[in-house]
Amino acid sequence: MGMTITEKILAAHAGVDKVEPGELINAKLDIVLGNDITAPVAIKEFKKLGVEKVYDKERVCLVPDHFTPNKDIKSAEQVKVLRDFAQEQDLTNYYEVGEMGVEHCLLPEKGIVGPGDVIIGADSHTCTYGALGAFATGVGSTDLAAGMATGEAWFKVPESIKFVYNGKLQPYVGGKDLILYTIGNIGVDGARYMAMEFTGEAIETLSMDNRFTMSNMAIEAGGKNGIIPPDEITLKYVKGRAKRPWKVYQSDPDAKYAQVIEFDCSKIEPQVAFPHLPENTKPISEVGTVTIDQVVIGSCTNGRIEDLRIAAALLKGKKVHKYLRLLVIPGTQAIYRQAMQEGLFDIFLDAGAAVSTPTCGPCLGGHMGILAKGERALATTNRNFVGRMGHPESEVYLCNPAVAAASAVLGRIADPREVK
Amino acid sequence: MQLQGKTWKFGNDVDTDAIIPARYLNTSDPAELAKYCMEDSEKKDFSSQVKPGDIIVAGKNFGCGSSREHAPIAIKASGVSCVIAKSFARIFYRNAINIGLPIFESPEAAEGISEGDEILVDAEKGKITNLTKNETYDAMPFPPFMQELIAAGGLMKYVGKKVAKNA
Repeated sequence: MGMTITEKILAAHAGVDKVEPGELINAKLDIVLGNDITAPVAIKEFKKLGVEKVYDKERVCLVPDHFTPNKDIKSAEQVKVLRDFAQEQDLTNYYEVGEMGVEHCLLPEKGIVGPGDVIIGADSHTCTYGALGAFATGVGSTDLAAGMATGEAWFKVPESIKFVYNGKLQPYVGGKDLILYTIGNIGVDGARYMAMEFTGEAIETLSMDNRFTMSNMAIEAGGKNGIIPPDEITLKYVKGRAKRPWKVYQSDPDAKYAQVIEFDCSKIEPQVAFPHLPENTKPISEVGTVTIDQVVIGSCTNGRIEDLRIAAALLKGKKVHKYLRLLVIPGTQAIYRQAMQEGLFDIFLDAGAAVSTPTCGPCLGGHMGILAKGERALATTNRNFVGRMGHPESEVYLCNPAVAAASAVLGRIADPREVK
Repeated sequence: MQLQGKTWKFGNDVDTDAIIPARYLNTSDPAELAKYCMEDSEKKDFSSQVKPGDIIVAGKNFGCGSSREHAPIAIKASGVSCVIAKSFARIFYRNAINIGLPIFESPEAAEGISEGDEILVDAEKGKITNLTKNETYDAMPFPPFMQELIAAGGLMKYVGKKVAKNA
């Protein structure tokens, strides 16, 4: 019996020829990641161990991106814990405001993560790097502490579900819609404890930016990881960027899957997830009239350059609805500069949008765009739980950047074709 | 390990934002986090009403969402002795074990137990007794590796031993 790509990567990092789902293994870690919410707890635990140095200063990454630029004294003190630790340990990959980006946009862009890696991050959206053909999964702070000390982590080898996306995508349909459609189909625990493997004709045509968006939201279906087998598009992205050698793994033709689920992409419209779970999805044609107070375009799901280009193309020469706030947040400094050089900021500013330095702020109700009681936001982010973007009685709807931009103009959730 | 307490009943998909909203994550002090535990859930008064030893009983996919360890930390610091659910989201499950918050998967207990029931949990045997309704339910016992972690006193103690051995 063959192995899936996930099983092969885990076996290689556990130093064995073969692993089976359900098996508990100890695997070597290529990268461990923490942010300003999760790393302070991990650093405290790390210090209790009595270990002097992290296992590899090149491989422990700390990115203060959630409450940065610091929104208050407590946040500043949390980030200071990271900064002091990074200095003390001489970490290569510590990124200060000004260099910092939303972690899951930043790490691939900097070539820190690559195909065949095993990566843990104390952030649930660490699964983003599955788009590169890596095994990447979210963990908590204690696991991060153990990973920083030993360079290893224990895993239960997950069963895999293979998703096959057949057919061609409709206009204004991208990775975000495919993953929202999938979560709507299987539910927020549909892939609990499992590896999600994304394949098929539609995936093969997706750009890296779209693939990152898909893998990012595997966790919203309860998945352990969301992996896309590397191809030419992956390698083109990685070449000249990756800081370490990489290895391409592919699933064997006779690999065993818990389930194979096929979708006909030609029938998938832009999707909108209604409050308060990412599984409450509807195609745009069935949304009805939903007025909104705020639109956020950004985050580790859709804060990449292609997302900003899509939004700008729809906003060009138009104005944001009078009683609506549009926030545009490029994912990294490089994306910010690229968008600026391409003239996208002129379009955003002319439309009446606020453009921000990279931050996770509004996505998790941290800062830079908090909702009041009764307000409604449409966001390209990945979660719409109760109180996610502010007041517990506010609402968050999720969508792709085209729907977000069109909706910002019309003041209600809109089909991009309405403003084209 | 025997745990006895009064239950708080929650529904399906209780997410980490409901357990501890992100607006309070600019601290990692357990006592501070406990003050806001379950604030955005269906039971907003949980943190002021919960008593030491109380038990949380929930539906499927408890703890879905964020990797924030602050969620099990907030629950543990509230004095809750254990969480019983139909199923758990995987990062929450892992975090709870790592910080030493006992959790039990038991669909039948999650169905059978009502809010306020007095229950007794026998962790070794994986038996849950409902003293109010005079019923018993089976819970999935921890796999051996987890028992080893728990016996060592959590992940950091387990890793600590390993690090010391390698030194």
